[in-house]
This record gives sequence, structure tokens and C-alpha cells, in this order.
Amino acid sequence: MQRLPFFMMNKPARGSLLGIEHMASEEISGLLKLARRMNPLKARPLLRNRRIVLLFYEASTRTRSSFEIAAKSLGAITTLVQSSGSSIEKGESLLDTGYTLRAVGAEAIVIRHPSAGAPHLMAGHLDIPVINAGDGMHEHPSQALLDAFTILKHKRSFKDLHVAIIGDIYHSRVTRSNCHLLSRFGAKITLCGPPEFVPEIASTLVPGLRITRHIEEALRGADVIMLLRLQKERLAGQKIRLQDYIAHYQMTTARLKLAKRDAIVMHPGPIIRGLELTAEVADGPQSVIVDEVHNGVPTRMAILARALGKAK
Amino acid sequence: MPTAKNTSRAPSLLIKSGHVIDPAAKINAAVDILLRDGRVAEIAPPNKIRAGADEKFDARGLIVAPGFIDLHVHLREPGQSYKETIASGTAAAAAGGFTSVCTMPNTAPVVDTEEWVAWLRRPERGALINVFPIAAATRGSRGASLTDFAALQRAGAVAVTDDGKPILDDEIMRAALRLGAELNLPVVQHAEDTRLTENCSMHEGATSFRLGLRGMPAAAEANIVDRDITLAQQIRESRLHVAHLSTSDALKAVRRGKRAKARVTCEVTPHHFTLLDENVGEYDTYCKMNPPLRSASDREAILVALADGTVDAIATDHAPHAAHEKQVEFERAAFGITGLETALALAITKLHREQKIPLMRIVELFTAGPARVFDLRGRGSLQRGNFADVTIFDPKKKWTFEAAKSRSLSRNTPFDGWQFTGKVAATIVGGKIAYRAD
Repeated sequence: MQRLPFFMMNKPARGSLLGIEHMASEEISGLLKLARRMNPLKARPLLRNRRIVLLFYEASTRTRSSFEIAAKSLGAITTLVQSSGSSIEKGESLLDTGYTLRAVGAEAIVIRHPSAGAPHLMAGHLDIPVINAGDGMHEHPSQALLDAFTILKHKRSFKDLHVAIIGDIYHSRVTRSNCHLLSRFGAKITLCGPPEFVPEIASTLVPGLRITRHIEEALRGADVIMLLRLQKERLAGQKIRLQDYIAHYQMTTARLKLAKRDAIVMHPGPIIRGLELTAEVADGPQSVIVDEVHNGVPTRMAILARALGKAK
Repeated sequence: MPTAKNTSRAPSLLIKSGHVIDPAAKINAAVDILLRDGRVAEIAPPNKIRAGADEKFDARGLIVAPGFIDLHVHLREPGQSYKETIASGTAAAAAGGFTSVCTMPNTAPVVDTEEWVAWLRRPERGALINVFPIAAATRGSRGASLTDFAALQRAGAVAVTDDGKPILDDEIMRAALRLGAELNLPVVQHAEDTRLTENCSMHEGATSFRLGLRGMPAAAEANIVDRDITLAQQIRESRLHVAHLSTSDALKAVRRGKRAKARVTCEVTPHHFTLLDENVGEYDTYCKMNPPLRSASDREAILVALADGTVDAIATDHAPHAAHEKQVEFERAAFGITGLETALALAITKLHREQKIPLMRIVELFTAGPARVFDLRGRGSLQRGNFADVTIFDPKKKWTFEAAKSRSLSRNTPFDGWQFTGKVAATIVGGKIAYRAD
């Protein structure tokens, strides 16, 4: 009955990566497979002289640098546009910024934006691939892919894997993307945190999602533990007492013992030592936090190669 | 008394062979109607009207109803004529079967003085149908001090409101209801506890969580309606009208007020009885409005209340916006959609055909109901002597709505391309044909 809505002029261009939710499982597997073949140190110039714009409306260290290194490893030319020091500061709209970047020759846009759905808006109006590098509290698909990539380096498959995600779920785009990806491949996910961070409605995100307020319950038998930072910049007036949070939810060496012996500890970063986890856990043998960052590069190489039609 | 539009001498018009549905007059039968000098001159069984007429309208196979009244439209003048003008908005209203619209005061500037009320009613505005201004309840709609209700009423305002914003302060709301009671002037509340909806852009639920958007809890509406009804019960003769009611809990509060014989009325929009929060889909800003599209259980409760008489009127909350105000990030997009041209079609398609609500009740929600809410004397019924405002429609005609052909200056509708049953055939205002379908 409904046509493409009026505000969406076209379907997203092939190769766009807007979110995990609506991605086909084969596409996800394909990307992970491709990522395994990518080596930033022995790169092939698959994207020689292709123009990729990194459009960042929000602060980023990891995502930005790894997309940039990924693009350059493939021989692409990158331009970074940030909200400060560009026409965005003067009030240019998102779409006009997109049209401008397209006009200067961008062949793909990697966008990070504080507003959920911003990449979808852009993809609905541009004929070039748009890659979501994190949109508000919505999704962070490249992070979910690199997390999946990392997990598969340590675990044979996602099937029946017990994954505990602990912390500020409500504000976390990483969690939303990870839930979509991991549940698709059969992982059993438990979300853990206080009601302000883990509202009951969170269980509706994907089928079979479990919620607990007790970290012990979340950790028991876990194969993968994902920790999250408290996003102070998105708290918007919510009062949470840090000391209470630390007492109930901080990941410590003692608590880690409740999980399986070969459990891995993950964190999308940035980590705040002494808050959501202790330094011992962050630097401990089960931590794969640095490994995740490292895996961001080949994963994003795969994403960019696919975006520009060089996913062979 | 407010008469929004001068009815210059029109040729007399005989509406023949139609089926009249007039809930206030309890007519549901084949009846002919003669309109003369801007009034209903005669109403009689088929072929019984002897007096001659300058013109005839053959209404065979059509429903002839009192002119539809929309209690809630934003025509954007003064100040925002790039979105809509009174001329374009009333043209869209006429195409949607409306003969009278009540305009909201949240313009630029806010309609908070008698001068602006009078300005809205001047012939230069080019209104094609009757325009009844609703004035601001507080100065600049800032919620701090009341406007001069008596002067606004004398100038032609039919109600007061700060629509777009709630009147939050208990004392101000109490004072507004008290002054309204003295003047027999309804106070229209946009019920939203904005302390609970800061930075929110849709209904709080599974969809808002999935999309990562901050959600407005249903309680933000119900809390205010609840408080207002408690106040209305305390203040004798006060008249409270709840605008665009959208939640099941707010309906419960309205029922409580009505049972207690408080003078409380409410309206519901076509989009709230049609769509759900999940229709936001992947950030469709044409499904962004305030109050937001709600849950399935809220819609269910609204459908029950439309059928059982709890709801007094269907009002569109027609809220035109330019493309560039909607083609932005969802959280930044303007709230609201156009609605004048799709209201009747949605009511017939969704309420009559799907929910089996009788046409008599649907016509009541567009006519006698709203006329009662704002005391629009001589309107909402086709009794002899009343204003010659008539809406003629074909309840069985199938058609497809095309936003591009809308008479509104704006195109922000989620119903583009929808197939409907039920279409307006003609809209007659003061005895003159303001719209006729081709």
C-alpha cells in the first residue's frame, strides 16, 4: 500500500552499510570472510585513487583512525570533514553537506553523527554508498562486525555462545548492533545493568534477549563478556551514583572468575579504568580489548572494499 | 457572536436526491435541502420542495451531511506563509469536506491579541471556508500570564490554548479555567508534561528503543489530562477541551471527568486512529508528530472511545511544514503532518469499513460533536435556519491520495499513495460551492 516515503528519494546505494538489523546473514558472513583476507600490512591497492570522505559530526579516535587507515591501506584518497571548521558550523544541513561532498567527487561517505538515523537520511538522497560509523544511540555496525571478527578468533562459532553485555545498554549503539548480529547467528545474550541503563523494553530488541540486574547471574557460564562505558555525554539529566554502579557492576578479577575459564573480555572503548572495569581486568590475560581495536582495520577494509564494489 | 465569513448573496441551491445524515437532527434518510441566502431554507422529503432554486445539485448516491468542522488546524499565518496560508489551507480544507476550521495561535507572532484575532478573520486573508480563530491562553504562549480572554472572545476567538506547548503551571491552568468559566470559553490543552519529554521525538516503546530515539512516555500525556480534569471538576462551569488525545490512560481520565459531569471534551486525530509508533519504520519524519504515534493498545482504546461516544470530535491537527523542515535528521525534524484532505477518507476507510462504526457516528464526530465543543451556533446540523454549510460525499468511492496534488502548500503526509474508500464530492459554505470534485 505504501510507496517509498516522500522523504526518501531513493534506496540506499549498493554497498551502503546502515545497520546490522536489516542486513542479510549471508552479507554479514561474507563481510567477515572478506575481513579475514584483508591484511593492512600487505595490502593490495584495490581502491587506488578512489575518494572516500570521512564525515564526523562527533568525536572519535578508534573508528575514525581505523577507517582512515583501512581506506589508505587499500590505496584510497581520504578527506576528513568535521563539524567544527566546516560549513556545518555555519548551519549547513546534513543533506546539503552530503550533496556538496558528492559534488566534490566523494565516491563513498563514512558518517558518524550524534543523531540516530542520520546515515539513513543521507543514503536516501545520495547515489553513493553511505557507511554508518555510529549514529546516535542507534547502531554502530562496523563495531559489531569487528567484534564478531574478534570473537571468531577465539571461539569456534556464535551458536549457543553465552554473551553477557554489561553497563549502559540504553545509550549504546554498539549493543544494539551486537545484539542484532550475535542473536542472528544463535548466540544467547544477557543484558545486565540497573533499570536506568537496561530498561525492560530492551528485551524486545531481538528474540530471546534476557535481562538481569545481577552481574553474578550475567557472568555465570559466560563465554564472552562485553563491557560498556557510561556515556556521560548522553545521560541528559539522569542521575546515577557512580559509587553504586561500581559496587554493583564493575568488572573485577574476582567477578571474572564466575565466567567460563576461557571467557574473553571485550569493550568497544574508550575504557574508563576504575569505573566499568578495573585495570587488572583491562590488562589481564582474558582481555581482548586491544585486539578489537586492531581488528577494526581489516574489518573496515572489507567494508570499504564492499562499498566500492571491490569485494572480490 | 463570531461569524467568521461574510456570506454575500449566493444563488439559491437545491440539493436533490441525496441521503442526508444529520446526527443532531436525527435524520438518516433521503431528503432534499434548499439553501437560500446563506441559510438552510427548507428540508423536506424527496421532491416535496416547491420553491424554485437558481441551481440544483444532484446528490444521487451521495451522503449529504452538515458541513464538517475541524477544531484543530495550523494555517501558519501570520508569519509562516512558506508553510501554509489561510487561502491555501482553507482550499485544502474545502477539498477535505470541511466548511469550518479552528486555527491554532502558535504562529509568528503568537495570536494573543484581539488585533491578531481580527486580522485572521479579514476578507483579505482569502479564506475559502469559515475560519474560527483560537487565541493564545497566555501571553506569547509563554505560560506565565493570561491573555485578555474577554477581549479575544469579543474579537472572535472561540477558545483559548497554548497549543504546541502545555499550560504546565497548576495556578495558571486553574486561573485559565476560572476565567474561561466566567466567559463560557473553552480552554484547550495540549497535554504533555514536557518535563518528561525533553529531547524526545517519538513514543516510548519497542520502536523508540530499537531506533535509539528518546521516547515520550504515555504518562506525559495522561498526567496532564488527569490534573486538568481534577481542576475542571473543582471549578464550576469551567470548560476543558483535550486536544489530540492519544493514549489509553488519558482516555480513562476523560471518562472519569465525563462521569463526574465535568464539562470536559476531547478530540482525536485520524493519524492516531490509523497509525502506530512502529510506522516510524526507518526514521520516517512524516510519521513524526506531537503527540507521537502510540502503541497498538493505545490505538485500540481510541477506536473503542470513538465508537462509544467518549470522543467528541475528529480533528486533523493539520500541521504543514516545508520539505526542508522534514528532510533532516529525525530528532531535528519538525513535528506534525498535513491532514485536511485525508481525514474523511481515513475515517471511512479505517473506522467505518474496518471497525464497522456507523456513518451516523462518523458524521457526528465531524459535525455535531465539534460544533458542541466550541459552541458554534447554527453549525453542525442542517436544521432550517442554520448556516448553509454542507458536506457531500461518496462513502463508496475508491481513490488514491496523491500528496503532489494537495491544495496545501506543504506535502508532509504519511498517506501519499494510500488507497482510500470514501471521497468528498462537494463542499458548500454559506450556500456557495467551495469545492467540487471533478
